[in-house]
Amino acid sequence: MRNFTSLLFAGGLGFFLLVLAADLPVGAAPMVAGEGILGQGPEAVGAANLVTAVVLAYRGIDTLGELSILFAAAAGVGLILSGMRRRADQRPDPEGGFILLAAADLLFPLLVIVGLYIVLHGHLTPGGGFQGGVILAAAFFLPLLGRPGDSLNHAVVNWVEGLAGGAFVLIGLWALAVKGDFLAPMLGKGALGSLFSAGTLPLLYIAVGLKVGAEIAGLMSTLQETEAAEP
Amino acid sequence: MTLPPLEIVLYTGAVSLLIIGLAGLVMGDNLVRLVLALAVAEAGVNLLLVLSGFRQGAFAPILLEGRVPGPMVDPIPQALVLTAIVIGVGVQALALALVLRVRRAYGTVEMRTLRARLHEDLDAAAGLPPETSRNAPAVERPA
Repeated sequence: MRNFTSLLFAGGLGFFLLVLAADLPVGAAPMVAGEGILGQGPEAVGAANLVTAVVLAYRGIDTLGELSILFAAAAGVGLILSGMRRRADQRPDPEGGFILLAAADLLFPLLVIVGLYIVLHGHLTPGGGFQGGVILAAAFFLPLLGRPGDSLNHAVVNWVEGLAGGAFVLIGLWALAVKGDFLAPMLGKGALGSLFSAGTLPLLYIAVGLKVGAEIAGLMSTLQETEAAEP
Repeated sequence: MTLPPLEIVLYTGAVSLLIIGLAGLVMGDNLVRLVLALAVAEAGVNLLLVLSGFRQGAFAPILLEGRVPGPMVDPIPQALVLTAIVIGVGVQALALALVLRVRRAYGTVEMRTLRARLHEDLDAAAGLPPETSRNAPAVERPA
């Protein structure tokens, strides 16, 4: 009975949403703000990737809020799981098989290079600090999956995270002091489409990439070091 | 208003993902599966948001060699979804940490068992005798 009503609820909600979707202006030109950014973004910000221009320049303070949410989540996980670390006398998960171990060793340098590339080219190509940061986190977490007995150095992770977050805020404050707008693009725009262009945007994305990478690697490592069963 | 077939498929897919996730949330009993259902519903919502900026035949909002390649899709929904995905990861990690705590405290992640054990603990803390059966009559049967 409970399942039946649940299915009825889900089906009704789906029908309702589809009816609403049929009335949406699909395929219309971008909305006013989007149209303006598409028109002025390249000259105003100097980033070839306009999504990056939105994320770091037009909505830069939202990105700072997003980073704080991620930090709060990581801190919350640390708080909730405190006291649940696997003790030395408890046996860790078994070591990964040959394929996982070999792949972890082989992929580590490749993942680091791809992650850094994606972070550095965030203003030119699809990608950026968030996407590249997750790849960097995967590079450092994959060996832990293969050898669950190891552990990340949490002090280093916390330092990288704190310095990257501080750098983001400092670049924003510098722009506030010079130009009067928090996170306004600085350092000139450069040639559109070259690696050294878009002013401070690549620097901001490097900070975001390091922070996201450190945060997610630390999160996954904390979850991995936790022992759920009763001691 | 009639939609082109491609848009119908895309919207139906996004709404279906959302509905599958919600149905999993309402019907599921295992806490880990609830977290996964939340992730599926979130994917549906993100897809719906990205679709709101979609235009058939338009380019990604990236300038190629400094030129505008043609009509481009709306960049704002894409930036919003980037935010939503990152926050989703944080929420899922927090939810999983809470599930681990529950597993440690009650030894189970099944909601039914969990509810029963929670009630036992509450009764014990209140000094009530353990409930024998939920369906037992409240008073003695008249002779």
